[in-house]
Amino acid sequence: MGILEVKDVNKRFGGLQALGNVNLSVAENSVHAIIGPNGAGKSTLLNCLIGKLEPDTGSVTFQGQSVLGRTPYEINQMGISRVFQTPEIFTDLTVMENMLIPCFAKRDGAFRMHAFETISNEKEVIERAEHMLEEVNMTEKLHMVAGSMSRGDKRRLEMAMCLVQAPKLLLLDEPTAGMARADTNNTIDLLKEIHEKHDITIAIIEHDMHVVFSLAERITVLAQGTPLVEDTPENIKGHPKVKEAYLGEAA
Amino acid sequence: MDAIILQILNGLDKGSAYALIALGLTLIFGTLGVVNFAHGALFMLGSFCAVTLQRLLSLSFTVVDPTKKDFLGNPLKVDTPYVVDWFGDAAGNAIINWSVPLAILFAIPVMLFIGYAMERGLIKHFYKRPHADQILVTFGLAIVIQEIVKYFYGANPIPTPAPAAFKGSLDFGVMIGFAENTIIYPYWRLIYFVFSAVIVSAVFAFLRFTTFGMVVRAGMADRETVGLLGINIDKRFTIMFGMAAAVAGLAGVMYAPINSPNYHMGMDFLVLSFVVVVVGGMGSLPGAVLAGFLLGILESFASMNEVKSLIPGIDQIIIYLVAIIILLTRPRGLMGRKGVMEE
Amino acid sequence: MLGLSKKDTTFLLIVMFLTLATPILLQPFPEGSGLAQFNAGYPDLMQRFAIYGIFAIGFNILFGLTGYLSFGHAAFLGVGSYSVVWMYKLLSYNVLPGLILAVIMSALFALLIGYVSLRRSGIYFSILTLAMAQMSFNLAYSVLTPLTNGETGLQVYGDDPQVLMGEGGPTSPHFFGIVMNEATKVDFAGWQFTFSNGYYFCAIIAIIVFYISLRIFRSPFGLMLRAIKTNQTRMSYTGLNTRPYTLAAFVISGMYAGLAGGLLAAMDPLAGAERMQWTASGEVVLMTILGGAGTLMGPVLGAGFIKYFENIFSKINDNVLHGWFAVLPDGLEDTIVFLMHPFIGKGWHLTLGLLFMLVVIFLPGGLIEGGQRLRNWIKRDKEPKGPSKDTEHHPKPKPHVA
Repeated sequence: MGILEVKDVNKRFGGLQALGNVNLSVAENSVHAIIGPNGAGKSTLLNCLIGKLEPDTGSVTFQGQSVLGRTPYEINQMGISRVFQTPEIFTDLTVMENMLIPCFAKRDGAFRMHAFETISNEKEVIERAEHMLEEVNMTEKLHMVAGSMSRGDKRRLEMAMCLVQAPKLLLLDEPTAGMARADTNNTIDLLKEIHEKHDITIAIIEHDMHVVFSLAERITVLAQGTPLVEDTPENIKGHPKVKEAYLGEAA
Repeated sequence: MDAIILQILNGLDKGSAYALIALGLTLIFGTLGVVNFAHGALFMLGSFCAVTLQRLLSLSFTVVDPTKKDFLGNPLKVDTPYVVDWFGDAAGNAIINWSVPLAILFAIPVMLFIGYAMERGLIKHFYKRPHADQILVTFGLAIVIQEIVKYFYGANPIPTPAPAAFKGSLDFGVMIGFAENTIIYPYWRLIYFVFSAVIVSAVFAFLRFTTFGMVVRAGMADRETVGLLGINIDKRFTIMFGMAAAVAGLAGVMYAPINSPNYHMGMDFLVLSFVVVVVGGMGSLPGAVLAGFLLGILESFASMNEVKSLIPGIDQIIIYLVAIIILLTRPRGLMGRKGVMEE
Repeated sequence: MLGLSKKDTTFLLIVMFLTLATPILLQPFPEGSGLAQFNAGYPDLMQRFAIYGIFAIGFNILFGLTGYLSFGHAAFLGVGSYSVVWMYKLLSYNVLPGLILAVIMSALFALLIGYVSLRRSGIYFSILTLAMAQMSFNLAYSVLTPLTNGETGLQVYGDDPQVLMGEGGPTSPHFFGIVMNEATKVDFAGWQFTFSNGYYFCAIIAIIVFYISLRIFRSPFGLMLRAIKTNQTRMSYTGLNTRPYTLAAFVISGMYAGLAGGLLAAMDPLAGAERMQWTASGEVVLMTILGGAGTLMGPVLGAGFIKYFENIFSKINDNVLHGWFAVLPDGLEDTIVFLMHPFIGKGWHLTLGLLFMLVVIFLPGGLIEGGQRLRNWIKRDKEPKGPSKDTEHHPKPKPHVA
């Protein structure tokens, strides 16, 4: 039984079958990649996992609890964090403030009227945020406005914001899309480090095979809305069905 | 039954005004992505075009007529409008009498120009600014226009009569088999409704059957892609803004006999027209027109004495109540499209 | 002190000092001098500074922090005024019960309006609040006449119960015997200073609510509100429910507006529906952006600025202008007076509208940002080669996004 279980999920958009009978099990503490050519239904699947879309049939459970019909903030409070294709951070706020928000969310829940507390008195929360920033090597950027940083730094910050909440599952949506090679490698290293240090399951949707094969322990190949194969990276590399799916796309 | 028909008819003229303003608002919002809080002011300017023309045509010179005496025994001063002097008695007076319809011709170039100047001079610089800034700057502009009008025309409503030929009412009930005087409808309101219907149809036909309109519609659906086709969309949008201003202006010109123009009528209509746009669905032209008539008629029903005695004050708030209910149940409005104005 | 950092404590002390010394600071010109017309130390005007300052501080908690642009805050102002006058009518001229009721009523009202309006964001929200306020205005004018006295406005009549009114009690608004419109005049070497009870009452309340707003700005709650303005998607994927936060901000700012409305009635025991009109809502928006939305002091400055110039402009007439420009040649004098005529006296609203546009176009960050730009500019002038450090650490705040 994996930490995240997708069972018989179907999703149609009008006449288009976006997802057909998707079954997926992500094992606890693993790095699981979902790959597939364009239009294979990767994003639709991801949106079903985080409450943005509701599948027509089937179930998605996280640690035995259904995530369907829940709002994004409820899903986050269950222990799922998400990293977006383009970093979603609080661009007007400083790096430190960006870090404090998830810390408060973790401590206080979805809403609390903490209007008469003072941030500078919350030593524990601040320490926690500082500690996390140290881990991603951003301590010297503490007071920078987040929006003025490079894309790579924004990505780092976003991941730090997710990790500081100590999620059980981290969902990554093409985390290296549009990045330079050096930034991509940095991100890979960062993810590796994170996975070693924390008890965390990582599910990653990715286009870049370099990223997938350097990180993933298991890979699911999606094509035309259905899982084609699921196996270890070594076995996927030479798999005839996978070649067909990708070459078919190329041709 | 006759009462129902009467209320529907009564709602049509106000509904027409809402529909025309909302149509312009939607055109501007859909094409330029700008929320124009000064649109009500354009409607008001239209009404004042009618006032201005009437005043211009009535400009007179005074002659002292020594042959006649007034009741104090002084020589009588006779005011003769220039047009009467130039075109003779019959033609001159007819021109003055017909000044409101004539004001349509006067208002079209004036409003087109005002719209053009507004877009080029101000709105253009706000395309990339946040919606809040657009709201604020057009809100400021609305105040400025309103105060300028107040400065020149005073704070009191200015009666602007329709041509004498349209003074009476049509006994509509007799035509469809009811007793006499059960359903009577003033001619001018009927004309206003027909006029609005013509303008709405003209705008729709223009958007549907001309290349220009096609590009504009495509731009409303997806501005970036149309821009990629190498079509200069901005220039067309400027013209579109002028057109929307002209539509609001014409709505105002013809409304002058129904509601004596005053400087704050723009804002009164604007708030309601916004509600109409929201109910119809932001960015949907048919939605704006439909909702305009619908809310106009609803308002007219709510002001029936029977309804008012049942729920006092309902006529004052019915439109807002409907808007609230619609927004809570159908957040996109009656005919709103997905993806328009959704954060 | 009071749960504030050292810097903020100093800041608050300065604000307190300035507020309490206002009757002296705003009388820079001796009585009888030609410039005395520019003095602003009149009780009536100073009370307005304090009251509209409170209004703007509250509005800023909503608009400045969350970016939600409400066009209906005048409705709460009206609710506050009506509440206070009703308490006068039922109990006595003591302002305290009225002010408490004003805050409670406006909170309930804000909860209702906020609950509906906050289902949408951006322009939908602005339009909804505008419509709600306009609806309240219509109601106050028509159906609710028994509560609001319609066009005449609500006021205290001789046959009102006033059950707590003792024999010989004050017959105008007072706070436990301290009568609002009483003042002590002090003459000092040609200057005249008026220390009015009403002003100090408003000023002390203003200081308290400023302190509350300062605490909110420095609290995790305030941080969440600023985060909502920046990125709502990240908010919800961080496990935060944005709606109660925005609703709380809306209700708090509504309470500030209700308090301000109540104080208006504490100065002058009247309440009219026109206080709820959209122009009043627009005015507070202008005060906030003119001073600088999202800054602590900005809205107060904006409120003071607008109320001061409203006062000055309304007092000026053509004769005054002729007096000013008398040194110029006659033709030029007449032209200038002619050109300025539409903007003065009753033309204040025209000036206000123009000001509105100019601020949005040229100074979206308001006076505070303008001041900062000026300072940077002077600094850069002094050391032309030194790279401006400020641009790296404090990039220009993004224009407010609704």
